[in-house]
Amino acid sequence: MKSNFKVFLKGIIDVSPLMIPVVPFGLIFGVLAIDIGFTPIQTIAMSLIIFGGASQIVLLQLFSGGASSLVIISSVGAVNSRHLLYGAVVSEHLSDLKLTWKIIISYFLIDQAFATSNEYLKKNKDNNRYFHLLGGGATCWVIWQSTTFLGIILGAAIPEKLGLSFAVPLTFLALLVNDFRKFINVIVILVSGLVATFGYNYIPFKAYVIVAAVAGLFAAMILTTKDKKA
Amino acid sequence: MSNWALIIYCGLITYLTRFSMIALIKKEMFNDRIRKILSFVPSAIFPAIIFPAIFINDKGLFEIDNNPKILAAIIAMVIGIFSRSIIATIFSGLASYWFLIFVV
Repeated sequence: MKSNFKVFLKGIIDVSPLMIPVVPFGLIFGVLAIDIGFTPIQTIAMSLIIFGGASQIVLLQLFSGGASSLVIISSVGAVNSRHLLYGAVVSEHLSDLKLTWKIIISYFLIDQAFATSNEYLKKNKDNNRYFHLLGGGATCWVIWQSTTFLGIILGAAIPEKLGLSFAVPLTFLALLVNDFRKFINVIVILVSGLVATFGYNYIPFKAYVIVAAVAGLFAAMILTTKDKKA
Repeated sequence: MSNWALIIYCGLITYLTRFSMIALIKKEMFNDRIRKILSFVPSAIFPAIIFPAIFINDKGLFEIDNNPKILAAIIAMVIGIFSRSIIATIFSGLASYWFLIFVV
């Protein structure tokens, strides 16, 4: 069995490529938050307390649009609903851990760490394999906090014309590179993407993320049942 | 509601979505069928973030004409399929996007 530190280090290394697009994302968040009228301390607190890029960007978007607190909080909840599924997937590997560890790991269960550690957790059965998730999560934490801080300082110096927000969908796209080769996955991707796009304006409370995900999983359920019979 | 209360509530709901399943689910609750379905979770969720970010503009409108993001995303996807590299996917997407908006 590898030492805890080595597994932690492996988590850092595996998640590193995914940190490149987090940099512009964090900068954009810092710049936008100040622009909208949050104080620097509140902006830092958002990254520390929420620690979720998509949630924080949704918060800013709706806040600047004058949405009520209730709508903002429920939208953040809807955007975060994907974590329920991440949690369900990784919980299998964490079920023997003490509650304290579960409380700590939950804070670090973010998109990038989930995507890389899920692969690792599936292949490794060592008792300390959860250190991989901690390594990935901690790396993202450091990058997210420092780029938020830089964004606050740099402010208007970053030209909006660069369209750096496009790095967000590209990051998520990059996470799916292996799935584009599998037929069922491609169907699931299309179902989810189309439901999200066409439901974007019609599904209330920005719940399009969870509605699309459920539709995608439903498609996966149907397609894998057929697969089994054949 | 003050900005501070809003931040704390949003943080709380974010944390609870992460914690609830880890805390509640036991190993025995998973059979092979559920495991198989859950392996599709990334494919079911990420497109819900990707597609609207590409096809829906800042004003919340569907945009398919004159939208460089579509071609840039397709290039990134093709590069991703062949290279299987995360970095190559992201950079090819950003590079083609900049090429399309600044050069073409």
